[in-house]
Amino acid sequence: MTTFPEDSILVLLETTPSGGLAKSAAGLLGAASQVGTPIALVVSASGAASNATQNAAALGAKQVLTAEPEGADARLAVPTVDALAAAADLVRPDAVLISNSIDGRDVAGRFAARTRSALAIDAVGVSRDEEGIVAHHSVYGGAYNVDCAPTFGAPVITVREGSIDVRAEAASPEGAPLDVPPSGAPAASIESFEEQAVVSTRPELRGAAKVVAGGRGLTSQEQFALVDQLADVLGAAVGASRAAVDAGWVPNSYQVGQTGISVSPQLYVALGVSGAIQHRAGMQTAKTIVAINKDPDAPIFEIADFGVVGDLFDVVPQLIASLSARKE
Amino acid sequence: MRIIVLMKEVPDTYGERKLNLETGLAERGASEAVLDEIGERALELALTQAASLEDAEITVVSMAPETATATLRKALAMGADKLVHIADENLVGADLGLTAEVLAAAIRRTGFDLVIAGNLSTDGYGGVLPAMIAELLGVPYASALTTVDISADRVSGTREADGGVMTVAAPLPAVISITERFPAGRFPNFKGIMAAKKKPVETLTAADLEIDPEGLETPRSIMLAVSERPARSAGTKIVDEGDAGEKLAEFLIQNRLA
Ligand SMILES: Cc1cc2nc3c(=O)[nH]c(=O)nc-3n(C[C@H](O)[C@H](O)[C@H](O)COP(=O)(O)OP(=O)(O)OC[C@H]3O[C@@H](n4cnc5c(N)ncnc54)[C@H](O)[C@@H]3O)c2cc1C
Ligand SMILES: Nc1ncnc2c1ncn2[C@@H]1O[C@H](COP(=O)(O)O)[C@@H](O)[C@H]1O
Repeated sequence: MTTFPEDSILVLLETTPSGGLAKSAAGLLGAASQVGTPIALVVSASGAASNATQNAAALGAKQVLTAEPEGADARLAVPTVDALAAAADLVRPDAVLISNSIDGRDVAGRFAARTRSALAIDAVGVSRDEEGIVAHHSVYGGAYNVDCAPTFGAPVITVREGSIDVRAEAASPEGAPLDVPPSGAPAASIESFEEQAVVSTRPELRGAAKVVAGGRGLTSQEQFALVDQLADVLGAAVGASRAAVDAGWVPNSYQVGQTGISVSPQLYVALGVSGAIQHRAGMQTAKTIVAINKDPDAPIFEIADFGVVGDLFDVVPQLIASLSARKE
Repeated sequence: MRIIVLMKEVPDTYGERKLNLETGLAERGASEAVLDEIGERALELALTQAASLEDAEITVVSMAPETATATLRKALAMGADKLVHIADENLVGADLGLTAEVLAAAIRRTGFDLVIAGNLSTDGYGGVLPAMIAELLGVPYASALTTVDISADRVSGTREADGGVMTVAAPLPAVISITERFPAGRFPNFKGIMAAKKKPVETLTAADLEIDPEGLETPRSIMLAVSERPARSAGTKIVDEGDAGEKLAEFLIQNRLA
């Protein structure tokens, strides 16, 4: 039987509906490599994950456990939790890292409750001290940095997507199938699934280097296209305020803020966004913030490096024209 | 049907929220305390669907400091039938594991067919408690729902998952969590406020639930360090005089951002 290094970090890698590794994989393995030896677990429905071992090894997993527990694509979270429990039993890791995605949080919550492990959520970094693994958090919209550790035992840590820049060195592919005894824990069943087609050629919002976000000031779905146009000139991802999402102009997944996505890009351009505290919570750690708003007292200006008091329907087209002209 | 809605008192996000740099705990005095908006949406869902369910009884369960009673009473004024409030000084600063144990024990003690929670609290931002509670209760969990349909023995709904949209279902008893795409909670009217005064409020301690908050056999997550990031300050602000787009382009190019 395979033995696992003393300093193993067990990393749960999610797969996409089409069988590849989810985007979060590189960051999770990168984080793991900073504090120990990354051991990956890939859970998928029978035959669904292609080349999981090669792909995970290329991102730095020293060993890759692959599990195909029964009902992996028909029952929520529980089959993955069962696989993770089996893997943790085998590997005896110093920590378990999971993506802070919707699925990841469901698995982390159940796994931590089942194994009575200390749980740390939405970490933006990990480190190791004499006593073990420490999770670093950015809370209240980046206003505070908080470090957490368990009183004892291996912590379960979910890692904010797009927050880890470190990448692990590629390893040679070494994989083994994992046998998963079912726990029998009841789960919700998945009756149907509709994959969301990736229609955009733009960068993904999470982890994007540049973001252009639109708010209620765009006034309609048609006008919101102006946000897309500026984003394309800058090579940026598109985000939105909750007001724009609630209005139905853009999908939920575009929402930046406390209850949406947290981003820390090089450049954040806010168009017709007032800068409510809940919106700021998701973007105020951006390196450079630019805001265009016709209200000189909009709170967004308190944190903007470059603020324009003006009508975005005048300023943005001119900005786009000016940038396009200089590119030629 | 016994419906439990998990609600929480949080510092009002519209105000400045502070962490105490010595204890790492939220400074409760620093901002006004309110019911978490997502919890109000969860209660609204329960109130709306209760009308079409037989013998629906809605109990709000919350773990919060004693001072939260006044805030939590708003849930009764909105229309919940009963409040179970776990208030215990030994639970101040409880980590996720302990919070889940306490809430699961209180839910079991109260009795339930369906537990409705928010997907993310605005202060904890954990988004894991409902999953932990489902595991401890040994029931199915359907998370992050954007539509919900409750019948006598089953709950189903739409779940916006990471890679797409799914329909999920579970037999009762079960735990679900909902997202902020659900309608906001109703405002309590005068009649509701008066009726709330007569509704039962049960206050429990950890000991009532046979939980020892200081027990050493379970690992707990503890805070090692807290620091405040320097606040951001405003930079240049210009008023558009017909050339702001050009100036902004200049700024972006100079800073190598375009
Ligand atoms: C618990 C909770 C969680 C929340 N979570 C989030 C979250 O995650 N993300 C989020 O964004 N919000 C969140 N909110 C909502 C938040 O409080 C605000 O309501 C929201 O951010 C407002 O969006 P907005 O800035 O687009 O709209 P508004 O506040 O209405 O601002 C629109 C702005 O556009 C400007 N404008 C209008 N026309 C023009 C024009 N022609 N040119 C230039 N400027 C123009 C106006 O001056 C105004 O400042 C949350 C709220 C709560 C209570
Ligand atoms: N102290 C608490 N008391 C009651 N319910 C809670 C408490 N903390 C969290 N919850 C519930 O769990 C959901 C998710 O919270 P969280 O895991 O903190 O993001 C919340 O929306 C509530 O429904």
